Amino acid sequence: MQPNGHQLIDGLLRGDRASLARAISFVENAAPSSMKILDAVYPRTGKAYRIGVTGPPGAGKSTLVSRLVGELWSEGKSIGVVAVDPSSPFTRGALLGDRVRFQEIPDDPRFFVRSMASRGSSGGLAFRTGEVCDLLDASGKDVLVIETVGVGQSELDGAAAVHTTVVVLVPESGDEVQAMKAGLMEIGDVFTVNKADRVGADRMARCVEEMLHLGAGGDGWKAPVVLLSALSGDSFPLFLDALRRHEDHIRKSGDFARLKIERGRAKIEEIVERERNREFWKRSEVECSFEEALAQLAGGKTTPYREAARMLDQFRREGK
Amino acid sequence: MDRPIRVLVGKVGLDGHDRGVKVVASALRDAGMEVIYTGLHQTPENVVRAAVEEDVEVVAISILSGAHMTLFPRLLELLRENGRDDILLCGGGIIPEKDRLALEKIGVGALFGPGTDTTEIVSYLEEEVKKRRAR
Repeated sequence: MQPNGHQLIDGLLRGDRASLARAISFVENAAPSSMKILDAVYPRTGKAYRIGVTGPPGAGKSTLVSRLVGELWSEGKSIGVVAVDPSSPFTRGALLGDRVRFQEIPDDPRFFVRSMASRGSSGGLAFRTGEVCDLLDASGKDVLVIETVGVGQSELDGAAAVHTTVVVLVPESGDEVQAMKAGLMEIGDVFTVNKADRVGADRMARCVEEMLHLGAGGDGWKAPVVLLSALSGDSFPLFLDALRRHEDHIRKSGDFARLKIERGRAKIEEIVERERNREFWKRSEVECSFEEALAQLAGGKTTPYREAARMLDQFRREGK
Repeated sequence: MDRPIRVLVGKVGLDGHDRGVKVVASALRDAGMEVIYTGLHQTPENVVRAAVEEDVEVVAISILSGAHMTLFPRLLELLRENGRDDILLCGGGIIPEKDRLALEKIGVGALFGPGTDTTEIVSYLEEEVKKRRAR
């Protein structure tokens, strides 16, 4: 099956599962037709509400997402899930096991799950997660849930910016919170301490609350901390309530539309930066100045700083 | 294009023996493939739906229950119904020679028995996918 770009675009805008799946692959692989697909799809994006779910491995993100998706599904919403797992930097291989948790959801066109390997991207996200979300958005999904491993400074920023970021922790996450608090407190809109039946859950929740107080956000939203069990469903309604309140906040504050612009800005920057870099290195290669610089460096005749300045200088002069 | 092979690995039907399928899934990952693992007790419908959504090139199924003569043909049928009979369906398990030949005749790829070296499975998949991508 090798459908052309137009068929794929028409199919995915109609919500056809197979077309959407193929289009995602083209985009993920940066196939020649991907730019055309994304360009055609972009005007139809910006309707879906995007929720990011992040946290350390084993915190129960998939279980939480599967329960959340079940709730949204029973409300009649259509849902797209993107589950990102790391690729091995050595072999490029990846084991993507999040679908194991989604067996309760009926076979229904309102529900679409896609697993993505991070493919060499350093954060918890794959390079093209934002684009894959755009395709799901344009296919008519009401809610997108993006699940990523690990918590970092800017994983859900930029091109993949979501409306609500959920941070999933467990009672044993104390060290993680210490290690990541710089970025963690800023990115989380709703915090959950999962597996709350375990010892130390209350202490963990208090610890997160204290840290949130120290760095109070200026956007009028106070991130709640919800103790729950995603597996048993205990206190899950509290979590759903927190999500709804944050969605209200986002829609009222105008951030819902603003984030589409934000993603667009990040996308332009990314493309310009990538192409400019590519051009630079292509030209440097042709003119051999990089090889030359390395040889000089090996001979102890120069420094990296001097050579970088010389190469940039040469590039600028020839660009005129 | 030099992109990783995407392969769905899972078990269909009632048997609960997943040691072998997990070993295979890890071996394929270590060989640089993107492995979508769907776990135990899947229906053929579930597996084909996942294969379509994940847009895999290979579906590799382990069956140790003896129901292979029902389940493999059903999987082929569903792949065809979904317009994805370009996906390679292969697998492993305890499958008598006679059945294996019958399944290969209707379009199932290689079926590996117990004790197969995982490198054999890896090179089979690499060759098959290379051929299919060239088409």
